[in-house]
Amino acid sequence: MTSLILGTATRLLMPLLLLFSIFLLLRGHNEPGGGFAGGLVAAAAFVLYSIAADVSTTRRALRFEPQNFIGVGLLCAIISGLPALLFDKPYLSSWWGQIKVSGFIDIKLGTPFFFDVGVYLVVLGVALKILLPLEEQAELQSEDARDFSVEEQGSSGRNLEPS
Amino acid sequence: MNSLQQKKMMLTSLVLCGLVLALAAPAIHRVARGAAGYVLALYPFVAAIVLAVAGQKVVAGQAMREALPWASELGLSLSFSLDGLSLLFGLMISGIGVLVLIYAGGYLKGHPQLGRFYAYLLLFMASMLGLVLADNLLALFVFWEGTSISSYLLIGFNHRSETARKAALQALLVTGGGGLALLGGLILLGIVGGHWEISALTAQGDVIRAHALYDPILVLVLVGAFTKSAQFPFHFWLPNAMEAPTPVSAYLHSATMVKAGIYLLARLSPTLGGTEMWTGALTLFGGATMIVGGVLALLQTDIKRLLAYSTISALGTLTLLLGIGTTAAIQAFAVFLLAHALYKGALFMVAGTLDHETGTRDLEKMGGLRRVMPITAAMAILAAVSLAGVGPLFSFIGKELLFEAVLHSENSRTLLVATALLSGAFFVAAATIVAVKPFFGALKATPKAAHEAPPSLWLGPVVLAPLGLILGIFPGFVTYSLLSPAIAAILGRAEPLKLSLWHGFNPALALSGASLALGLLAYASWPALRRTQRGREALLGFGPARWYEVGLFALNRVASLQTRLLQNGYLRAYVMTIIVTTTALAGYTLITREGLPALLTRPLQEWDVRFYEAALAALIVLAAYAAVRADSRLAALAALGVVGYGVSLIYLFFGAPDLAMTQVLVDTLTVILFVLVFYHLPKFASLSGKFARVRDAAIAVCGGALMTTLVLVTNTVTLTEPISGYFLENSLPKGYGRNIVNVILVDFRALDTLGEITVLSLAGIGVFALLKLRPQGEKA
Repeated sequence: MTSLILGTATRLLMPLLLLFSIFLLLRGHNEPGGGFAGGLVAAAAFVLYSIAADVSTTRRALRFEPQNFIGVGLLCAIISGLPALLFDKPYLSSWWGQIKVSGFIDIKLGTPFFFDVGVYLVVLGVALKILLPLEEQAELQSEDARDFSVEEQGSSGRNLEPS
Repeated sequence: MNSLQQKKMMLTSLVLCGLVLALAAPAIHRVARGAAGYVLALYPFVAAIVLAVAGQKVVAGQAMREALPWASELGLSLSFSLDGLSLLFGLMISGIGVLVLIYAGGYLKGHPQLGRFYAYLLLFMASMLGLVLADNLLALFVFWEGTSISSYLLIGFNHRSETARKAALQALLVTGGGGLALLGGLILLGIVGGHWEISALTAQGDVIRAHALYDPILVLVLVGAFTKSAQFPFHFWLPNAMEAPTPVSAYLHSATMVKAGIYLLARLSPTLGGTEMWTGALTLFGGATMIVGGVLALLQTDIKRLLAYSTISALGTLTLLLGIGTTAAIQAFAVFLLAHALYKGALFMVAGTLDHETGTRDLEKMGGLRRVMPITAAMAILAAVSLAGVGPLFSFIGKELLFEAVLHSENSRTLLVATALLSGAFFVAAATIVAVKPFFGALKATPKAAHEAPPSLWLGPVVLAPLGLILGIFPGFVTYSLLSPAIAAILGRAEPLKLSLWHGFNPALALSGASLALGLLAYASWPALRRTQRGREALLGFGPARWYEVGLFALNRVASLQTRLLQNGYLRAYVMTIIVTTTALAGYTLITREGLPALLTRPLQEWDVRFYEAALAALIVLAAYAAVRADSRLAALAALGVVGYGVSLIYLFFGAPDLAMTQVLVDTLTVILFVLVFYHLPKFASLSGKFARVRDAAIAVCGGALMTTLVLVTNTVTLTEPISGYFLENSLPKGYGRNIVNVILVDFRALDTLGEITVLSLAGIGVFALLKLRPQGEKA
């Protein structure tokens, strides 16, 4: 499953998609987007990459196992609710701070953002946790099928388009 | 201040310590090895001392109460109280508990799972203490269930034996089923009485007895108590529970747990008692249990089963006395309760010792053991004399009081006297069998060569059996300090109690003598009685144990039937069930509330559709139709994709860009997922027949129509002020965000989202497990 066009396009698209997903995450609080959509875009980017290259390369590019994303994401979301307890408010009450350097930076940063980051990571992790093993099996079987067709001159890609 | 605080939580910590200790028991056993029994026995020992010290105040007339708020909105607080009744039970539980733990150390010496056994036993001990000390109805129920579960674990301790497993399950199902009834009864009681504290309910007795729900409350509570205390017709689980190691039989199934039902009846007797129904039910079932237990006891040759049936008979006696409910009956109740715990605990331990030393529990195979096991024999004979209720033992006083009580009962006196006389005779016969058969006559060869047991095994009987003698001669030891407060707690008023061995020549003494003579006569005919074995088995074939088996069988059949019907593993069947149920229920409500004509005309009234909206809707419908009609998976998938993107366009038209974006992304990933899954699916084929297709189409159309109508109706009906206004107003000032959807997700409703992503994570891991862990054979 290596196509020159897809490979080249993916090499260009991949960083763009990942940047876009972070863009969605960051703007989410004020404009359409957010952690869920961002996480899905990121997952789609990695899936695209795994189609263009293969799954093991994708896993290397990910650097961490998908379940680590899930765990870190959940932890992120859970921790983001803790500061509220320090101020004697219900768990997960939001808490905002402002970073201001006059003339340069004016960022409002709050615990909901970290919560959203958690959502982003969980969605990314779950999607890849399901999709990557499926792709792996598909790869294995298409290899089997290819071997089979070389030996027996049979049809390849069985079950894909049965009539 | 500090000491006051500590004192306040004394009972609570007493119970909780036991639960903690149960967890630590295996570790303690690993460290202390053979001495673990003695070490762990410190817990009930300390508990007994604490209760005895605290009991001084109770005797003086002050009940102790302490409460730990739990969920106060639900009326749930962990509250304990100590009055005369709980003091009597608490001391029995902790006192015999000490002996049983030591005994268990000797009895199960070297057993690989002894640590676990200690843990179960302590779990039971703490639950039982909690049960008799609990003042809150719901807390009482929790501990009640705790005793059922620990009893289950203990009966099934030899889990490699099938009979043990069956007996454990039977005990759990019978007592657990009764527990459910009890829960219902207690909840009704709490609602009717307006309190969840038993101490507060006691004052509400008249209100509750006059309430319309009194009958159901009483029936439910009685079912709970009768199952737990093995009253006829629920008695059959108790003899089977003798599969448990003997320390368990001695402790749970004679001295304590089976008396939980009796305790509950005594505890609730000021609240529920005194009515005609109460008296009738308790005397009827108690009397029946006395006779059934007594007769069946004589038909046994297994010493433990014999003792178990005689326990059933004794439990019947206690129920009967509570049912009569006069001062004399309650006094007899208290004395009989204590006496029974003493001699029956001792006898069970003796039975276990015999089993341990000879390798058999069959009374026929033992004989002449008094020469090789002198201490055990002496204690067994003393305890058996106590079981027979012959003077000068404590149980003799109990028996006299029992006869007094039935002689002075108000209704059906003759029947009650006859019942008491007969059961007294059965007790005498059973006692004679237990005392004579194993210990007298010629020494018989047993599977193991018998010799005297180690001290840990005879310590229990040596303490308990002579205690029956001492208390018989000096009943003053316990009348004032232990029995009077308990009687006062049951009656709800203090009554003077004076016990003595000699009451003069009176009808009670005559009855006592008659029962002794009858009992010895029954013993003489014991060999003949047992020869009726075959006929008896045929008779028992129709007994309650058979009903249980049939019931269990039917339950299993119904369970597998409904599983095949509802949980058959076909996704399409699940979807169909869900849609049909929802459509039927929601549709019914809609039609009855709104009327069919209004529903049918409403869409036409609100016909305000732009051209492009109609076109998009038509496209979605067409695509859905194409998906259904497609003859290849890829085509169906493409058509579904069109549906998904169409829906996201609709979101966009109506100003929900967030939803639209998410929908597009999810749809994209779904298509990829589907393509990957294709590898694992069998060849595409059209499996449904014509009928199935028409049926499915009809269900689908109905479901769709319902959803459409529902959306239209909810648009016009306002049940409560929608919350969206609040979100719109507060999204920016309070959530610092202009994207309301996102602010809701990560701030206003963040806890929901946290739950959702947790579920998502679990689902992801679950799917992964399904993919990876399936058997190799199913790979392709």
